[in-house]
Parts: sequence; structure tokens; C-alpha cells
Amino acid sequence: MDYAATTPTSPEVLDAMRPYMLEDFGNPSSIHSFGREAKKALDDARGKVASLLSVAPEEIVFTSGGSESTNLAIKGCATANAKRGRHIITSSIEHHACLDAVKYLARNGFEATYLPVDGDGVIDLNALRAAIRDDTVLVSVIHASNEVGTIQPVKEIIEIAHEKGALVHLDSVQTVGAIPVNIRELGADLVSMSAHKFYGPKGVGALYVRKGVRITPLIHGGPHEKKRRAGTQNVAGAVGMAKALELAVEQMDQEVPRLTRLREKMIDAILSRIDHVRINGHRTRRLPNNVNVSIEYVEGEAILLNLDVKGIAVSSGSACSSESLSPSHVLLAMGVPPEVAHGSLRLSMGRGTTEDDVDYVVEALVDIVAKLRQMSPLYVSGPCDCKG
Amino acid sequence: MYSEKVMDHFTNPRNVGEIIDPDGVGQVGNPVCGDVMRITIQVEDGRIADVKFRTFGCGAAIATSSMITEMAKGKTLEEALKLTNSAVARALDGLPPAKLHCSNLAADALHEAISDYYAKTRTRGQALKVGG
Repeated sequence: MDYAATTPTSPEVLDAMRPYMLEDFGNPSSIHSFGREAKKALDDARGKVASLLSVAPEEIVFTSGGSESTNLAIKGCATANAKRGRHIITSSIEHHACLDAVKYLARNGFEATYLPVDGDGVIDLNALRAAIRDDTVLVSVIHASNEVGTIQPVKEIIEIAHEKGALVHLDSVQTVGAIPVNIRELGADLVSMSAHKFYGPKGVGALYVRKGVRITPLIHGGPHEKKRRAGTQNVAGAVGMAKALELAVEQMDQEVPRLTRLREKMIDAILSRIDHVRINGHRTRRLPNNVNVSIEYVEGEAILLNLDVKGIAVSSGSACSSESLSPSHVLLAMGVPPEVAHGSLRLSMGRGTTEDDVDYVVEALVDIVAKLRQMSPLYVSGPCDCKG
Repeated sequence: MYSEKVMDHFTNPRNVGEIIDPDGVGQVGNPVCGDVMRITIQVEDGRIADVKFRTFGCGAAIATSSMITEMAKGKTLEEALKLTNSAVARALDGLPPAKLHCSNLAADALHEAISDYYAKTRTRGQALKVGG
């Protein structure tokens, strides 16, 4: 129930990668036959990823994963275009890879605006229209929230940004491989993605850089990736990512409706079996595999640990499950009160999730919440008083 | 991240509940911060004869609450007042650094309950004197 955190590498992907670690282990920059073999594998992987996304191969830069892609997009684009302007727009519900990259730029001569979201976690388009300026170089938004699953109106966001001449980066780590993403039709300039979110290996991702968009590399040291990312390429990783994306796209027609059914089943069961709960995120415009729920009068980490004892892995938006002392910035930005945000869980499903799993999780959750509420001084003095 | 002892107290918490008509009640924490602990005590002959807790909070909050009830039971009020939050953490074989401050309030809740007991007995004593 934590497929949004990561997924297992599928066996077909590992099979595709294996030869490039054991036999054809050459450095794609070498000109001898070992190198040429590796270079061919890398080119093929790049070609496959590009064709699955309907973009050109030279528009794909392989990276070490989602965080690097996002950093390269934001810092690389802002730095390369600083002469045009020094204003960046993002939202208040971004992944920390984006928030921290923007914060870094804001400490180094850039100015940042954080767009608010509504109660469903949808970015306020009017706020974007009001915030965008002639010196806005980049608008960076999360395509779908990794926490609450809300899918953003990215087409509208891109249109508004382009009218003013700003470039747009989509953090599509949660969407590429999960739902159809048509980069060309959307008109995005930069798109981040990560292989381990769609049954590929960890440590590899890609950044789509639209032809003509200039970025400054984060890593200097050679002509790799057309001078956009130095370092000997992770050939096996790129091959694995291409294979994983191919499988994900092939299965999407079946997986999207199947996961959507499971998601709705779980949401309905939670709402009907547990009182004082709320579903976070947009009810329909959300990732097919994401359920995010706030359960009042109990604390998220306590639920998480109890579920873990029963073999169920979930994530929590509570402060106590993170190193920080405040609950999820995403839930707070959506107007969820802190005491409610503490009792938040993200349950995310994937290829291995069955109807039985959903039933098992709901049963376990109902029992755990009852046990913790019996222990909670808030529940006793709260709803019990009202009812009794 | 948590020690075995923490997980033991968290999954099988001791002395959960509330003493009816308690001699002392202590509540610390705030739901906004994510932790609320409520401890009730029954005092006999200057000793804590019974103690129960209710806690809203994370694993550490529940485990420290459970541990303090075990540590306090049977102790004199003076001994119980000497129990500290860090002693509770030590008895649990330690807590993750982030939890040492936010969720380690159980001794504070116990001390509040003892202060409440003292405050009640003092007023009762005064009331008796006035009445007598």
C-alpha cells in the first residue's frame, strides 16, 4: 500500500538490464567495440523512452532519478535564463526536490512566488495569472501530487505561462508510467520522471528538455548527454527504465481502470466504516492508485506502525513520521487543520494489489483506529460526550 | 527506528484507561502538536496505588505513557516526582533523537497529576479546618 513511494523492479526489466552489467559493460564514451555496444544500448533506450513519450531522442536527458531531474530543470533553467528574468513561480504543494531547489535559488538572487491551492489541492489558476510577470522565467508545478494524488490542470497552467513567455517544468514523477502523459499536446518545456516509480530500477530517471530550451548542467565534467549532464551514463539503468516504461505504457489501458476501481472501493469502505474521517485530494481528478485519508482523534504514525505490524506498509502525513516537527505541508496548504493532518495516511496501490488486499487493509484499519481511539483522550472527550 | 521495548509498549500498552473518580489528573500536550497525554492516579497512604493513561500521539508518545505508568505504580509521591522524561526514555532503551523533545512528555503528565492531587488535598484540608 505504498507503491507511490517506490515499486519493485519487474523481472522483465531486470532481465533486460543484466547483459549491460555482466557482458556488455562498456563505457558508452569509448570508441572500441565494447564502448560502441554500450553506446548502442544507450541510444536504443533513449529512443524507446522518447518514442513512448512521443518526443525526440535528443530531448531526453538521463539522470539519477526524480530529484536530480527536478533540480536540473529548475536550477538549470533558471540559471541559463537569468538574463531574461529572475522570477520563479511554483506551488505550495510541491515535492521537496522542487521546494528546496527553488529555496536555493531564492537565496541566490532569484525571487519565488508560491501559488496557493484549494481544499482539493488544485492550484489556483487566477493566482497564477496574477503572479506571472514579464520577468518570470519558469513556472514549476507538480503534475500530480505525490501525497494527495490530485492531478493539476497542467494544460491551462502551461497556456497561461506561455502567454507571458515563461517556461514550464512539470514534475511528472508520479504521472509518467501511471497515467497517459502527452508532453507535446500539453506543450511542457521540461518534464521530470523517475524509473523506480513505474517498476524500473532506482537511481535512474530522465528529464525531457524541449528542443530549443537551454539549461545549465548541475554536473560538469564532459560532453555526456549533450553537455547537459556529465558522467558516464548508467547504461543498464537507462535500458531498465526504457523497458519499464514500455511495460507500463502497454499495461496502462488495463491498470488505470483496475486501480481506479480498487481506489473507489477502498475510499467507500473507509468512509462507511470509520466515523470522523475525510478523504484528502480531488475526488475524481486524482491518481488512480492514490487514497489519502485523515482520521481524526488518532495520530498517523501510530496507525502506520500498527499497520506495519500486520504487514501493511503505508505513508503518513503526520509530523511524527518525519524528521520535521510539523505535519505535511501539502495538507496544511489545502487548509487541513494541523490536528487533523497529524492523523493522515497515504495508501497507494499498484500492480500487485488485489481486491482481497483492499479488504484486508480496510479490516485492519478499522480495528486499529478503534483501538487507538479507545486510547485517545481526545476521542473520549470529543465525540463520546456528544453522543452520550 | 524504535527499540524493541518501545514497540512492545506501543503494541501492548499497559494501564490504558481512566480511573473513575481519580485522586489526581494530569494532562499535557496539544492536539495541534500531535501529542496529548492524560494520566489519572489513585493515591493510598502517600503511594500511587493505581495509575492509568490515555494518549493521542505517535508510537513514542504511547510507549512513554505506558512505561511511566509501570514505573510509577507503587512508588511514593516523592519517588514518583523524581521520575524524569529522560529516565522514561532510558527505560525504553532510548528514543529516536527527533522524539526526545516532541513525544517524551509522560513524566510531565505524571507530575501534573501529582500536583493536582496535592492541590485537591490541600483545599480539602483547608475545607475541613474551616468546617471544623
